[in-house]
Amino acid sequence: MSATGHHHEHDHQHGHASRDGHGDHAHHDHHDHHDDGDHYHFSVKGYVQGFILSVILTAIPFWLVMGNVLPTPGLTAFVILGFAAVQIVVHMIYFLHMNSKIEGGWSMLALIFTIALVVIMLAGSIWVMYHLNTNMMPTHDMRAMP
Amino acid sequence: MSLQPTLAAANGADAASHEEPVFYDNGDHHPQQGTLLGFWLYLMSDCLIFAVLFATYAVLGRSYAAGPSGADLFDLQLVAFNTALLLLSSITYGFAMIGAQNKRKAQVLGWLGVTGLLGLGFLAIEIYEFAHLIHQGAGPQRSAFLSAFFTLVGTHGLHVTFGCIWLVTLMFQVKKYGLIAENRRRLMCLSMFWHFLDVVWIGVFTFVYLMGVLP
Repeated sequence: MSATGHHHEHDHQHGHASRDGHGDHAHHDHHDHHDDGDHYHFSVKGYVQGFILSVILTAIPFWLVMGNVLPTPGLTAFVILGFAAVQIVVHMIYFLHMNSKIEGGWSMLALIFTIALVVIMLAGSIWVMYHLNTNMMPTHDMRAMP
Repeated sequence: MSLQPTLAAANGADAASHEEPVFYDNGDHHPQQGTLLGFWLYLMSDCLIFAVLFATYAVLGRSYAAGPSGADLFDLQLVAFNTALLLLSSITYGFAMIGAQNKRKAQVLGWLGVTGLLGLGFLAIEIYEFAHLIHQGAGPQRSAFLSAFFTLVGTHGLHVTFGCIWLVTLMFQVKKYGLIAENRRRLMCLSMFWHFLDVVWIGVFTFVYLMGVLP
């Protein structure tokens, strides 16, 4: 997917000159501000910040469920899913060092594409299968069976 | 035959527009770029595997077949401890990467060792949990819920197992060859793999364990 896009772009710009260049796709039109994004910088501060945030974002859902804090299970489920989403973003930024600059933006593009597929797959499966259940399954309690 | 003249003409036109060859690639970029992007694409496809398993669990997770439910089986304190191990292993891997950045071999090996031990601790607890469930008669054959549970959590555990094998291999590589460019690239790939598994585990403990014990 990425190869087609980037070769196509190149062919428009300067023929075959860069057919065998792999990492150069993002360099040719933004030289100046791009280079820093390709070098990963790790800092103790970044990892510690990410770790503290993820400890907080893990501890609160466990506390909510184990302590039966919220009035209804539905609300608890909704809130802990929210915490999970935030924690995934925290891990992406602090541990996986995700941003729109690395690899010339192709990592981010792949991530967005994957998220779109995952959302369609999860939401679609749950939607369809739950409706199948309510439409087709006679509701009876299995425990009452002989 | 018919394509050749067109290409030649295009090249001719292109060459005519630039009087001198222009090099857009100044050669000043990471050689490992391609590998890291490729590895990221692998992780994204792995993410789809997990998405399928999560979707399966979402559909089957309440089909108990008159067997035990998550509320009957899951020990949240054990899961919390396991989560803590995996979170700690993420930051210790981060410290190993900082060591690699500063070219400190001993620091890299030390933190990789700690990360590996935390990973093995995680696996040991997971194996204990699985053995306990199977011993109770709540194996993967018991119900659709348990099949989906063992598949999803087992696949994650298998990933952690391979991560640990990879980590030990890399420790030997770093010990033998030092922090050469190839090893730094490998460390970076394993870093992405390890943190990715942590991200998947966020989904597992929230969606499977915490939501599983809710009535």
